[in-house]
Amino acid sequence: MAAENGAAPGAGWHPGLQESATFDRGSIAEIQRAAREGIYDIRGFGAKRKVPHFDDLLFLGASVSRYPLEGYRERCGTEVVIGTRYAREPVKLDIPITIAGMSFGALSGQAKEALGRGATELGTSTTTGDGGMTPEEREHSRTLVYQLLPSRYGMNPDDLRRADAIEIVVGQGAKPGGGGMLLGQKISERVAAMRDLPPGIDQRSACRHPDWTGPDDLEIKVEELREITDWRIPIYVKVGAARPYYDVALAVKAGADAIVLDGMQGGTAATQNVFIEHVGIPILAAIPQAVQSLVDLGLHRQVQLIVSGGIRTGADVAKALALGADAVSIGVAALIALGDNAPEHDAAYREIGSAAGYYDDWQAGLDPAGISTQDPDLAARLDPVEAGHRLANYLRVLTLETQTLARACGKSHVHNLEPEDLVALTVEAAAMAKVPLAGTSWIPGLS
Amino acid sequence: MASTDAISGLRFDLNQGSVRDLNQRLHQPGGGGPVLIANPGGRHAIAVGLDAPWKVEIDGHVGYYCAGMNQQASVRVRGNCGVGVAENMMSGVVNVDGSASQAAGATARGGMLVINGDASARCGISLKGADIVVRGSVGHMSAFMAQRGALVVCGDAGEALGDSLYEARLYVRGSVGSLGADCVEKDVRAEHLEQLRGLLAAAGVDDADPLEFRRFGSARQLYNFHVDNLGAY
Repeated sequence: MAAENGAAPGAGWHPGLQESATFDRGSIAEIQRAAREGIYDIRGFGAKRKVPHFDDLLFLGASVSRYPLEGYRERCGTEVVIGTRYAREPVKLDIPITIAGMSFGALSGQAKEALGRGATELGTSTTTGDGGMTPEEREHSRTLVYQLLPSRYGMNPDDLRRADAIEIVVGQGAKPGGGGMLLGQKISERVAAMRDLPPGIDQRSACRHPDWTGPDDLEIKVEELREITDWRIPIYVKVGAARPYYDVALAVKAGADAIVLDGMQGGTAATQNVFIEHVGIPILAAIPQAVQSLVDLGLHRQVQLIVSGGIRTGADVAKALALGADAVSIGVAALIALGDNAPEHDAAYREIGSAAGYYDDWQAGLDPAGISTQDPDLAARLDPVEAGHRLANYLRVLTLETQTLARACGKSHVHNLEPEDLVALTVEAAAMAKVPLAGTSWIPGLS
Repeated sequence: MASTDAISGLRFDLNQGSVRDLNQRLHQPGGGGPVLIANPGGRHAIAVGLDAPWKVEIDGHVGYYCAGMNQQASVRVRGNCGVGVAENMMSGVVNVDGSASQAAGATARGGMLVINGDASARCGISLKGADIVVRGSVGHMSAFMAQRGALVVCGDAGEALGDSLYEARLYVRGSVGSLGADCVEKDVRAEHLEQLRGLLAAAGVDDADPLEFRRFGSARQLYNFHVDNLGAY
């Protein structure tokens, strides 16, 4: 049994050794760490446990009953418009893949600039984060979404008016119901000044907004933001996936132009491991509930749905869209494209107790790739132009893959993908995604 | 619904026109000067996002977020305010004749908020640099996580004053229900008396002696997360 959990048997191993499925080596190591340190584990990245995901779905593709589109000849549209409900100037994107909110503070200035460069090259948006908008970020992002978070760090009306959209953050998938903490080691003079706090101290981000509580207040908050921006730009509401049917309905009732729904696999800069792994639901389970909420309100495709949490490939994008999303958002994958966890930094990762492919201590500020740090020497390792180009390449691949799958299903626009194009490989995925188990017409709970 | 008088300036009657029309007019470039808003009727988001030296008088009660994110303007409310008056104010002055509901001056980064009546819970929550003077009392959890700026309370403060406080200064003349985590009473030195005198004078408070106030601030014990402080979290 000892070899089953992935680690190669070491010296002294013999086939009679039996590892506990309950108290496996990871569990034992965590108990030992907790006993030694007396404090819970805080880390970055997203959920690492295996949960039902887009891998558990397959596209059926076209055949006799449906005809496909020619891969290298026939157009498959990818553009998306967000904020058509109320905004005078909706956000128009060339591809349905956006960059999720990540703060200057959690990320280096170079990383934020690279995100802006890459996204702009492909005609899509980036999003600020907890800590405000930097001039560099605005300059390098053609379309920039400005987050209004509970902490309101750096919030000011000039930036609000400079933004292309506003995203009211109620929660995020890595920690629905949780606030945050940017540890003191990442609080440089500049980060501190932007947040109106002294350098070097932990900066707590509240879990609730300071001036509204509940959906009725949220409606008035949305009204205020619209008044400040003269009803010009869209207002998104971001929620962590927990009770998406009701959260979406309430956000729509509050006047949202768009909903951002972040599944439990969504990333974070710094959260307790127990929170990341045990709160919230997978994005696969959340999308159908959110879509059903919009359908029941008669507003599907009128209030746009942007989903995130574990998007890696064009297949993930296509499946999210087929389930009814209008666009997706990427965070962890975007950082990996910039250079996070790159093999060339392996030796440096090992020096700080990690390895390329495993690094998740984004809270520590020691990132050898220069991404999740405020150390000027480390940050200088990341060339924003080169990293931005890598992100642009990655976004191109995601888009091409999404189009490939859409054409195979006979769709002339990626938004024409639909649940009918999908089947599930597992009973769990069939029940969550509400598509039939492959080879059957059975949707658990529905048929 | 808007009319202009050469002497008294703009006049808006919100029984005749909408808050949208009002704010749109006040956002036009090159604004400034006196504005009278009649019949506010508790409406929300009145005079929000101003960024010009307007002198706004609102003749009655207002709803949520009056003068939200104010810059430069002087706004006087001749009545009571709903939740979040002057939230995230950057500069200017907001003066409330009556009382204010929860979260007055929330996250405000500059300027001055004066409340001549009482303020409800969470007055000055997450304050980021503005000054707030309350002639009456404030409710529980006031100055929660307040980062910069000052909160002056001429009456009493409710429970858990200054919980998780950062660098904001709190002055209270009356009683304090209780102090929140990491908030402690501190000495009032000459520099604090001078600040208090200035704040009271700026707020038009002439019946309170700075020597009657106590000062509260952060013990700075929770500035860095540490397991030894577990009982405080």
